Amino acid sequence: MTMVEEPATTAPAREVGQSRKRKEDARLITGKTTWTDNMVLPGMLHLAVVRSPVAHAKIANVDVSAAQQAPGVIAVFTGRDFAEEQGSIPCAWPVTPDMVNPGHPSIAVEEVNHVGEAVAVIAARSKAAAMDAVELVDVDYDQLPVVLDMEAAVAEEADLCHDHVESNESFAFVFDAGEAGTGVDTEQVFADAEVVVSRRFVQQRLIPAFMEPRAVVVQPQGDNYTMWSSTQVPHILRLMLAMVTGTPEHKLRVIAPDVGGGFGGKLQVTPEEVISLLVAKRLGKPVKWAETRSESLMSAHHGRDQIQYIDIAADREGNVKGLRCRILSDMGAYLRLVSPGIPILGAFMYVGIYKFPAYRFECRGVFTNKTPTDAYRGAGRPEATFAIERIMDELAVELDMDPLELRRKNWIGAEEFPFTTAAGLEYDSGDYEGATQQALQLLGYDELREEQRRRRESNDPVQLGIGFSTFTEMCGLAPSRVLGSLSYGAGGWEHASIRMLPTGKVEVVTGSSAHGQGHETAWSQLVADELGVPFEDVEVLHGDTSISPRGLDTYGSRSLVVGGAAVVNAAAKVVAKARKVAAHLLEASEDDLEFANGSFAVRGTPGATKSIQEIALATFAAHDFPEGVEPSIDADATFDPVNFSFPHGTHVCAMEVDTETGRVEIRKYACVDDVGTIVNPLIVEGQVHGGLAQGIAQALYEEAVYDADGNLTTGTFVDYLVPSAADLPHFETGHTVHPAPGNPIGAKGIGEAGCIASTPAVVNAALDAVRHLGVSDIRMPLTPERVWRAIHQGGDGGDRATAGTNAYGGAQTETTAGVATDASALGGDR
Amino acid sequence: MTQINVRVDGVSYSDDVEPRTLLVHHLREQLGKVGTVVGCDTSNCGACTVHLDGVAVKSCTVLAVQADGSEVTTIEGLAQNGTLHPMQKAFHDSHGLQCGFCTPGMIMASIDLLTENPSPSETEIREGIEGNLCRCTGYQNIVRAVQQAAAEMSGTQDRTVGNGHVSLAVVDTAAAPHVAGAQS
Amino acid sequence: MIPAPFAYVRPTTIDEALQAVADGGEDVKIMAGGQSLIPVMRLRLAAPETVVDLGRVTELRGVRDDGDAIVIGAMTTHHDVLVDPLVAQHAPLIAEATETVADRQVRARGTFGGALAHADPAGDLPAVALALDAEFVVAGPGGARRTVPAADFFVDYLTTALGEGELLVEVRIPKLAGQWGMHYEKFTRVAQAWPIVAVAAVVRRENGAIAEARIGLTNMGPTPLRASAAEAALAGAAATPDGIAAAARSAAEGTSPSSDLNAQADYRQHLAQVLTRRAVTAAAGL
Repeated sequence: MTMVEEPATTAPAREVGQSRKRKEDARLITGKTTWTDNMVLPGMLHLAVVRSPVAHAKIANVDVSAAQQAPGVIAVFTGRDFAEEQGSIPCAWPVTPDMVNPGHPSIAVEEVNHVGEAVAVIAARSKAAAMDAVELVDVDYDQLPVVLDMEAAVAEEADLCHDHVESNESFAFVFDAGEAGTGVDTEQVFADAEVVVSRRFVQQRLIPAFMEPRAVVVQPQGDNYTMWSSTQVPHILRLMLAMVTGTPEHKLRVIAPDVGGGFGGKLQVTPEEVISLLVAKRLGKPVKWAETRSESLMSAHHGRDQIQYIDIAADREGNVKGLRCRILSDMGAYLRLVSPGIPILGAFMYVGIYKFPAYRFECRGVFTNKTPTDAYRGAGRPEATFAIERIMDELAVELDMDPLELRRKNWIGAEEFPFTTAAGLEYDSGDYEGATQQALQLLGYDELREEQRRRRESNDPVQLGIGFSTFTEMCGLAPSRVLGSLSYGAGGWEHASIRMLPTGKVEVVTGSSAHGQGHETAWSQLVADELGVPFEDVEVLHGDTSISPRGLDTYGSRSLVVGGAAVVNAAAKVVAKARKVAAHLLEASEDDLEFANGSFAVRGTPGATKSIQEIALATFAAHDFPEGVEPSIDADATFDPVNFSFPHGTHVCAMEVDTETGRVEIRKYACVDDVGTIVNPLIVEGQVHGGLAQGIAQALYEEAVYDADGNLTTGTFVDYLVPSAADLPHFETGHTVHPAPGNPIGAKGIGEAGCIASTPAVVNAALDAVRHLGVSDIRMPLTPERVWRAIHQGGDGGDRATAGTNAYGGAQTETTAGVATDASALGGDR
Repeated sequence: MTQINVRVDGVSYSDDVEPRTLLVHHLREQLGKVGTVVGCDTSNCGACTVHLDGVAVKSCTVLAVQADGSEVTTIEGLAQNGTLHPMQKAFHDSHGLQCGFCTPGMIMASIDLLTENPSPSETEIREGIEGNLCRCTGYQNIVRAVQQAAAEMSGTQDRTVGNGHVSLAVVDTAAAPHVAGAQS
Repeated sequence: MIPAPFAYVRPTTIDEALQAVADGGEDVKIMAGGQSLIPVMRLRLAAPETVVDLGRVTELRGVRDDGDAIVIGAMTTHHDVLVDPLVAQHAPLIAEATETVADRQVRARGTFGGALAHADPAGDLPAVALALDAEFVVAGPGGARRTVPAADFFVDYLTTALGEGELLVEVRIPKLAGQWGMHYEKFTRVAQAWPIVAVAAVVRRENGAIAEARIGLTNMGPTPLRASAAEAALAGAAATPDGIAAAARSAAEGTSPSSDLNAQADYRQHLAQVLTRRAVTAAAGL
């Protein structure tokens, strides 16, 4: 039988994998945005918060009479006014059963514990009137000793950060591989080791510094309250506000409109959100609070701030034997939403990609009179990655081995996945050698090594170094059962629902809450593939608890891995439901239907097809529906991962160090990341770049510095150095792809990888440049002064002076007056 | 109160303002031009950048009274007759934004840079936008966007039409035909 | 943040400006470009009762040739200084330093005179004015004019020789005769920051030697300073790397820099030496 070959039909290319330009951009590039601070409601009052200028004191008296009489002021409230109803800012992660939580009033009542803590709130008819009245509130403080240094805070006879608790220690968390059955006895390994290298690393305090300052608007409507907030976590916020203030959960609606970045900094239930709700309730009027940048820097939560004591044991051939980590983690003055959990998220990552037989981790959470710490991009994992990647370099020096050879000797082979580490995690997939080879090529490794040799031989004032970070991290937070085992207060699932509209358009409701990540675009790509509908026909709804009733929001590189998986599963359910309708309409058996490119076709019956968009209309009409089937093909799905996913990669930095001035400059930066399946290469690339910028900024630029009285001297962007385009290099990036087996997409997560991996690569590179000059450590950030001191005076560069620069006549924070005097001639220009 | 007359995005406004009112607050709160945003107190971040009589300034460091008699262009006034400015289109094409908060200021500063230097090098672009902070992108795609816009505005690409503006439809992905790969 | 309330006066002539300052009483601030004053007022570190805005005093703008000097109007913006041909010809050091001030938006508003009258020791232009032996033309009550040499203009931290009721009108930059070279060497941590230390060097070469060097130091004390010891050591020194390096070692003599986040005093003094060597080397064309 002769058959005429049918022309090969070209199936539409899959959306997943395409560099779709973002749907979100249309409003963002034209200024048609809905930032919370844009919101204006009839009768709306403006709030301004009076903040403590002292780090630790009893509040003797608060006199608000002058403020109350100021023009435009409607009301002034102090902590006493809300003492009965404000509860405590919640901490959802008691990492040990006996963790000490001193309680965290939204407005201080008896005592202030850090500079910037709220002591009163003004409600006025205009923002200016509210701000003017702040200066009229007169607070008497009886100052108490200030606790700032973690090592001093946990010493004997230390002053107390909170005098109603017994010590400055909140918790002591231990993971021991020997006890957990995931490794051998760590102490024995160290006792028997041929080589032990010990180091003390400092993870400086950082500030997330999202570009959109936080803002909150609350609208009372009868006994219902709608809150707009620039938050990453509208769902968590709603639940926690209900629990904290006693407002019934079903009477609260939280909306996260356009949100200008978060990086963990908006993963919080903030005092200002609670205060705004309480004031709106008390006055029955809509209120808005919008912070200034200086307010943000001193009162929004900070990140990192750990001291890490790391010991590594190995044999002379370079086989690692054991790792022991003792961590002091600064909680700041209070425990916020997941403050204690941040170092614990890192606890399982210190072994990195290496096959350690033994591992022990101890972490003490410490209170100080500083702004509370909490999530910041990477949250625990950058700290872990820094420690292991730095100590591997130190071990290589001790063994006189090439740092890459040492890593290669100890990392998990591509053929060994899945691999369970000494920390008990089962790594899913990857190929560390493959990523490393590609990264070396991107960098031009051999030529740079040769140049380094030449510069060293000629004693060039500008030396060159190359640093590595071969890293992995855990993403896709998180399997609920694992979170339960770690005493976290919630699960780690995510929810999605898909609504098929009569015209064939599709609404995707996601519990993820995007604030720059591009979910509207990526989710559209996922759904377009799963349902076979045009990308343009998909609308993604998020960030409103009334529209998206179930969700756990966006953080921890979880949105695609967990939230995207829920979307894919919901789409599969839609297809399954539509299949029944299609079978009915096509008068065929479900088993005879094939679904491809958005249409059901009857096998062997050319022309008998129904598109899923036609089925949507038929479902809406419901005139001709199968018996006993409800007329809906909409579907929900909740995805709870069974394991984390483990992106990995190799980052290589080439660094020039001017030995005369200490100035460091990145010569070249190359990285190859494996994030599993890539849904949108454009978006993934953007996430890598942004993560690199923040990781490099930790290494080189950023640090929240407090003076001896507990004032934040990096209180403006003059002194807290967020790098500009001119301060960062061009990045050479590449990818390998080993799909994650744990979710239907195969994605591993990309939000944090660049930030986690880059910091140690940069520091290792600087050290590699000057190691021959006797330098073995430089504390972050690598200020020129620290680098110069390390080269010429030894040590790690030491402490920085704490005074802010004298820019603008000594502008520091709103509460620490500058040095401008009456005699000074302020009035000019830079 | 002082009366000021300011033309913003082609519309003339006459308002009474307090002398202390910053231009950015006047734009946002009195004129409803909320596309321009405030990101800091110290003139570092550049999110509030607008064009004052054709020159990029930080509108948080200009008093509204100083703009009396002037012409202001904000991000909302860039697109003309429904077509995007090439810089807006380039930011979209190159994924030069993520959260988008710095974007209005970044676009306004980048246009100002090209006015002075129509074909800047990568280094000149990086230095030209040193007064604008972005926390999301790491700047690489912003640099790429400025390079693309520079090429389009100087007419080295034939996609340029007329004054360099391109149709809004190009960025409105919902209106684009669903042709595989058409957007890549 | 929003500034505290103030009264606002916008004169259009120097005479009107002087009158406005006189009328404003003790708590009056003169606003040039506002690029330092407005942030300071927003942070409420300054809360003047009256602000006299010089923005419309057009006679204060522009650069002109005045024979043996070029004259820069106090209200000439950084941007206008940058593109001015007279500056480029006679005082390229000013353009070189101005290009490093803050960022393009700030340079569009900030002014030459405002930056000098602000007298921020970390500002880029005061040390440049010192190195060029600039003269400051000051108008006083009633319109009386006096001229203050740069060496006497910067009195203390953020404090100048400008008296009550006085206004900086213009700055005279003497033209240099002979074979002069100039260079501004600035050291910062991030691009738009104030300098940690910077050095403005003006060098005259003669017969292979350095005949004369003038060196202004930024951020090495409460006022901008001349590196007098280094200048003396350079006079007549061989225009060689070694000769310059030896002289630059005395660049920090007599300085009293502050200690802050970016640098402690001893490191600033070290930087002054390194940067002086580099600035003079570049200015000498080596």
